[in-house]
Amino acid sequence: MQQTEFLHIVIPFKDKLFRLAKRLLVSTEEAEDATQEVLLKLWSNKKKMDNYKNVEAFAMTMTKNYCLDRLKSKQAGNLKLVHTNYKDESVSLQKQVEVDDSLQWMNKIMNTLPEQQRMVLQLRDIEQYEYYEIEKMLNMKPSAVRVSLSRARKAVREQLMKKHSYGIS
Amino acid sequence: MASVNNIEKLLEKYFEATTTVAEENELRVYFSQSEVAPHLEQYRPMFAYFSVAKKEKSTRDVPLKPRRNTNYLKWISVAAVAAIIFGVYINRPAEVSPLEETYTQEELQSARMALALFTDNFNKGTQGAAHLAEFEKNTNRFLINE
Repeated sequence: MQQTEFLHIVIPFKDKLFRLAKRLLVSTEEAEDATQEVLLKLWSNKKKMDNYKNVEAFAMTMTKNYCLDRLKSKQAGNLKLVHTNYKDESVSLQKQVEVDDSLQWMNKIMNTLPEQQRMVLQLRDIEQYEYYEIEKMLNMKPSAVRVSLSRARKAVREQLMKKHSYGIS
Repeated sequence: MASVNNIEKLLEKYFEATTTVAEENELRVYFSQSEVAPHLEQYRPMFAYFSVAKKEKSTRDVPLKPRRNTNYLKWISVAAVAAIIFGVYINRPAEVSPLEETYTQEELQSARMALALFTDNFNKGTQGAAHLAEFEKNTNRFLINE
């Protein structure tokens, strides 16, 4: 497979990989690294790529696994990373998302969710994948996807309502 | 335009995770308007955030070329090291090999004689040139007196 051909396949969903990675890892820098790593892995296995029924779903699964591994190794003890994440988040948000209080607040709420709920919410409400696609990507049962999604949405609602009633904005 | 009643129903389904993508899009469209029913205002950031978050893009290029280049460089450096080692290996025996092996005894003897003859005559020449220094002294004397 030629490089251009590979890029042609990969470019349409590259940003989706990046956004999923960022949803999990929070730091933009680390999300870029993760995306790069996943694409390189795909590229080095390009001969097998024809066998995958859905390269995009496969790449999403790879990203998910890579990020969860990263998070695990981070938990093993790297306090410095946590700190840089925090700094990075505020800078990139100001740049990339409009400087809007409520959007920043939403981002904070999203980061409080458990990883699985975060992923499901990302794939459904931001990337708008169909349920069967999400099941495949995350290797979950249909009912589990719905339960997780419903919980995630309700958790976001609860936090938003709390904020709304205090009228902090 | 969707009625508030309809949106409320959709929201209910939405939180039970039973809406379709099309229905969720309907919700997004509703909450992107400037006028939203006051009691639904609190949901607005949620849908606004989803739309904005979808626009975030990775800024790095797909890194296929650079890696190839570094591989290339790696092999060039390996080749360079091999060339240096080869060069050292080639030069070494040339230094060690003695003259006796490449020339016969007679040839060496005649070369020695020729060199001895040459140095002898060369030394005569330098002795002759030594007189020139004397000449120089005298000219200097004249120059100073002047």
